[in-house]
Amino acid sequence: MTSPADFLPGIFSLPVYLMNKITLPEPMSETPLLEMRGISKSFPGVKALNDVNIALFPGRVTALIGENGAGKSTLVKILTGIYESDEGEIQVDGKPVVFANAQDAIDFGVTAIHQETVLFDELSVAENIFLGHAPKTRLGLVDWKAVNARALALLHSLESNIDPRVRLKDLSIAQRHLVAIARALSVDARIVIMDEPTAALSRKEVDDLFQIVKRLKAQGKAILFISHKFDEVYEIADHYAVFRDGKAVGSGVLAGVGQDEIVKLMVGRSIEHAFPKVDILLGETVLSVENYTHPTEFRDISFALRKGEIFGIYGLVGAGRSEICQSLFGVTKPSGGTLKLAGKEIVIGSPSDAIKAGIVYVPEERGRHGAVLQLPIYQNISLPSLTRTSRSGFLRAAEEFALARKYAERFDLRAAALSVPVGTLSGGNQQKVVIGKWLATQPTILILDEPTKGIDIGSKAAVHAFISELASEGLSIIMVSSELPEILGMSDRVLVMREGLSAGIFERSHLNAETLVRAATGNA
Amino acid sequence: MIRQLFKFREMLLVIIIAILLAVFSVRSPGFAAPGNLANIFNDTSILIILALGQMTVILTKSIDLSVAANVAFTGMAVGMLNAAHPELPLVLIVIVALCIGAVLGAINGIFVWKLNIPSIVVTLGTLTIYRGMAFVLSGGAWVNAHQMTAPFLQTPRQLFLGLPILGWTAIVIVAVMYLVMSRTFLGRAIYASGGNPTAAVYAGIDVGRTRFFAFVISGTLAGLCGYLWVSRYAVAYVDIAAGFELDTVAACVIGGISTLGGIGSVAGAVLGALFLGVIKNALPVINISPFAQMAISGSVIIAAVIFNARQERRRGRIILRDRGASEQIEVAA
Repeated sequence: MTSPADFLPGIFSLPVYLMNKITLPEPMSETPLLEMRGISKSFPGVKALNDVNIALFPGRVTALIGENGAGKSTLVKILTGIYESDEGEIQVDGKPVVFANAQDAIDFGVTAIHQETVLFDELSVAENIFLGHAPKTRLGLVDWKAVNARALALLHSLESNIDPRVRLKDLSIAQRHLVAIARALSVDARIVIMDEPTAALSRKEVDDLFQIVKRLKAQGKAILFISHKFDEVYEIADHYAVFRDGKAVGSGVLAGVGQDEIVKLMVGRSIEHAFPKVDILLGETVLSVENYTHPTEFRDISFALRKGEIFGIYGLVGAGRSEICQSLFGVTKPSGGTLKLAGKEIVIGSPSDAIKAGIVYVPEERGRHGAVLQLPIYQNISLPSLTRTSRSGFLRAAEEFALARKYAERFDLRAAALSVPVGTLSGGNQQKVVIGKWLATQPTILILDEPTKGIDIGSKAAVHAFISELASEGLSIIMVSSELPEILGMSDRVLVMREGLSAGIFERSHLNAETLVRAATGNA
Repeated sequence: MIRQLFKFREMLLVIIIAILLAVFSVRSPGFAAPGNLANIFNDTSILIILALGQMTVILTKSIDLSVAANVAFTGMAVGMLNAAHPELPLVLIVIVALCIGAVLGAINGIFVWKLNIPSIVVTLGTLTIYRGMAFVLSGGAWVNAHQMTAPFLQTPRQLFLGLPILGWTAIVIVAVMYLVMSRTFLGRAIYASGGNPTAAVYAGIDVGRTRFFAFVISGTLAGLCGYLWVSRYAVAYVDIAAGFELDTVAACVIGGISTLGGIGSVAGAVLGALFLGVIKNALPVINISPFAQMAISGSVIIAAVIFNARQERRRGRIILRDRGASEQIEVAA
């Protein structure tokens, strides 16, 4: 994206978004506290951020909006000095700065409150707030009096009456959040990043949090507020910036901009590649899930999966999508509901039960859940199929090799030999091993959790073609994805989840991006 | 690459052991004579067997600190059994030793499996308990050579092709363990459970049960060693093999078995044990005091750990997504 600023080198001091957005009621005198210009960041195979501009103003809340994978967290990591950008610059008070590490960012007054805050249960509130930068006495010892007094003052400024001497584990989740905020402010913060701070909060706690945000605004701090929830964004934010696929696709003052417009910006991409979805005649019902319920993660989920179907499950992170799949695979136990496989009721108590029943799960975190890196390729591929390749407890290496060779050929696996450890392969080839090992079990139902996460566009098309091919061979596929184009392009039907509940099942003919986003975010 | 590394590492140990033997035989001619080598191997047999048990447990990301206490209890039990019932055949006594050892190992395994208690805590507890049980069983009394029967004492000393039965026992155990680790479902499950427990669960392996069986194997081998130890030293008392659990861990570490689990081989554990055996036998021959021996063993262990850590750091790339997670962990730390 070329911004007009590129052609007008003389007026860099103007906030970039002012030049991007034509009509802005913002007073021209207001200068951003922090500005990021032309920021790009690539990871092997993925361009996470592409020439992004964003400006944060004193006393203003800027909402950063985008789908999962749009580049929001990469931006936060660059802002907090965890990543260094490949290109572009950051300015604080109009002066270019370099955040080479996390301490640099803190020194310039940038502080972040994350979804999962890093606090210490066994330490007191005051210790948590000042850990690493506690006031010292002249002898260089920790000045506990000052620590407690300053913690108390900080908490008071947030209008909280938490006792700084109680241990953190005795606090509620909302109170812990407050401590996290106090910790963020204890370093003399001017720019506060809140990365989905409301994810774990109840409505009442969210209201309390917003009171704090308003107070921070009044103190002239610039706030970057990241949230999926539109009602919250509209309630608290002054400005918005929408990211899509690593690009800033729109920004400006929120007032007067409708939700429709924001949703369109979020999802309204031209679909980069035609999805190779083959329409096949769906067969009989293979798996029916009725009133499936988990004690904490999801409730009353029902759906039926047919032979050859690609059944999409869409929802925001934390909506309970992966949890359903893990439960179908026997990793966690449901507390209610029934499963019928080909009409017969079954109970799946462990992953080995599921594999025997022909259900396999290709997890999202293929590194952590997928491969045993120290073991050779052929042993990884045969791992879930060992009952077939062994006889009375004894392994048969020849059969393991034959199985591995078959799937290595099918996926065009590039490796020196099947006896080299998986850890020595490239990421893409490791993925092939992981997928190969699941298909080697000859499943009837394949659960794919975020099958293309972290894969570049070109490879995505190959994965999608492959999924289609599997479905046309009669495999039933449950595909969990946060990527709308993928869900829209590949699914026969889509279950949308919101906060552990079903927000509806949509037929292919009724699929469109806005409907799904509305259902997932709870906007009628 | 890791495969090759193993081979490289095992070759390295073989070479180091050969160099040691060469150096010692310069100082003391006859040290590397076949008869003396057989002696050294025979002398190291018990360590080899225990190290293989320890290896099985360490491969699953656990540790068994109770092996030596298991040796003491089982040794005391079979020693007393032999003294009280001299008519019982040796085969039965060995079976009893294996069973007692297996039960003690299973107790460790149950705690780790069903109650999910870290193995270091469980076996630190049972280490004391098993040795205490040996005291309770014997009342602190010794079982001396004259109370034991001739077959009980002499069988492991019988020479077969120049090597005592004790040494042959170790060779058989090495062969069996090699088969178990490389050719059975359990062996594969042990490697997978230690290498990546989460991935193992997702592949349908019951990691807890696998750990349980690793402890049973370790306990069974310790039980066998209980008999072998008492027979070899012709005495059973509460403090036999005190501290020997550390030697078994040392043998594993020197042999390249990763304390993080999932990496290691039978050959490595055997070579690690042999390395310690050679040092232990050689140092007195060249007049180095027992205290210096301990310091040398300790230094070798630390050197091996450093070597392992450096090798493990080079261990393969990780799939794209996990990098973010590990980075976050680093940042959080």
